[in-house]
Amino acid sequence: MINKVVINVEEALKGVKSGMTFMLGGFGLCGIPENSIAQLVKLGITDLTCISNNAGVDDFGLGQLLQKRQIKKMISSYVGENDEFERQMLSGELEVDLIPQGTLAERCRATGAGIPAFYTPAGYGTEVAVGKETREFNGKMYVLEHAFKPSFAFVKAWKGDSAGNLIYKGTARNFNPMMAMAGQITVAEVEELVPVGELDPNQIHTSGIFVQRLFQGKDYEKRIEQRTVTPKL
Amino acid sequence: MALSKQEIAKRIAQELRDGWYVNLGIGIPTLVANYIPQGIDIELQSENGLLGMGPFPFEGEEDADMINAGKQTVTVLDGGSIFDSATSFAMIRGQHVQLTVLGAMEVAQNGDIANWKIPGRMVKGMGGAMDLVASAENIIVAMMHTNKRGESKLLKKCSLPLTGVRCVKKIVTNLAVLEVTDKGFKLLERAPGVSIEEIKNATEGTLFIDGDIPEMVI
Repeated sequence: MINKVVINVEEALKGVKSGMTFMLGGFGLCGIPENSIAQLVKLGITDLTCISNNAGVDDFGLGQLLQKRQIKKMISSYVGENDEFERQMLSGELEVDLIPQGTLAERCRATGAGIPAFYTPAGYGTEVAVGKETREFNGKMYVLEHAFKPSFAFVKAWKGDSAGNLIYKGTARNFNPMMAMAGQITVAEVEELVPVGELDPNQIHTSGIFVQRLFQGKDYEKRIEQRTVTPKL
Repeated sequence: MALSKQEIAKRIAQELRDGWYVNLGIGIPTLVANYIPQGIDIELQSENGLLGMGPFPFEGEEDADMINAGKQTVTVLDGGSIFDSATSFAMIRGQHVQLTVLGAMEVAQNGDIANWKIPGRMVKGMGGAMDLVASAENIIVAMMHTNKRGESKLLKKCSLPLTGVRCVKKIVTNLAVLEVTDKGFKLLERAPGVSIEEIKNATEGTLFIDGDIPEMVI
């Protein structure tokens, strides 16, 4: 088996540079590549374009990169939980491309699947469609949306083996599988790294073919944004 | 009496049909899950990748890896399933989800909806709303009839940036149930004790009234 394991996060992020475009998995703070984000903060590279559904919260997730002004442009669907983001965006310091969530997911999928563009009904007749090609199919209008070109994709999985196969847990899956397919270099961090043969091939969510580097993550905080509970009777 | 938010949700729950997959937006729509009628089996879809969404977990059983689209900790019911975001929106665009309930800032009488942006003020993003409204067969808007300044949210034409065009079919507010038709907002039901005059005054768009308008049964 081809071995995808690198020794640590420093090795995994070799080659990242200022000005690059990255994809980062996660929905809110669920399933985000915590270790890779922390390393990007540490490296201090700037002028980044980040493709990620959300922008973290003020002091966690991509919010950490925003605080340090390392991000030039965000491509997201919803950024409501981050005051610093909203401030930088309204003041014009940060370029922001807000796009419908399903379009974002499909653009990530298309990137990895060799599909340069596709038509979707989302956003037709709204400012999202301004300047884009539109076309009618079976009496309904659609907007042409394009694939991305990220240099790196950073994803987080629950379990991974040394061949790069990944299994996600719960709703931490979200954007991670499509982004894993899309990176020129895909870096996967896992909560548990196991030898090949331990994961059931029937249960693999992301095949190792999509992963270039994989490392055992550590110190996961897995912060909960909205802790909602049912009181015990 | 105008309806409370809970009562709006309760009225919308009457629209549910057995066997439907349903996506509930944030706010009043979420409350609909509390009033699913007896004998009706539905499954809730959360667009971050969950079908068969259950109630909030018991205290101490919260799982950071199990959230809904509002980033709240939730549970998954027996028979539920988990999938990635592309699959989730395939369900939505592919019309496998029968009903979408969502909130709005404005609805126009042609079915246009605005609920994601106030230029220069609120810029949070559309999330999955544009995909949902562009594709769902049935879209019910749950909202208050007027905004905090007392201005109508049912308009001839939306003033805010649109989320989708000609997509809303039905609206349930604290005052009325309305249907979007070629002739404008067709008044279907009144909140108990609310007069047609009150609804007229709170509706900027064309209100189309045909025959006797019954009171809602909540």
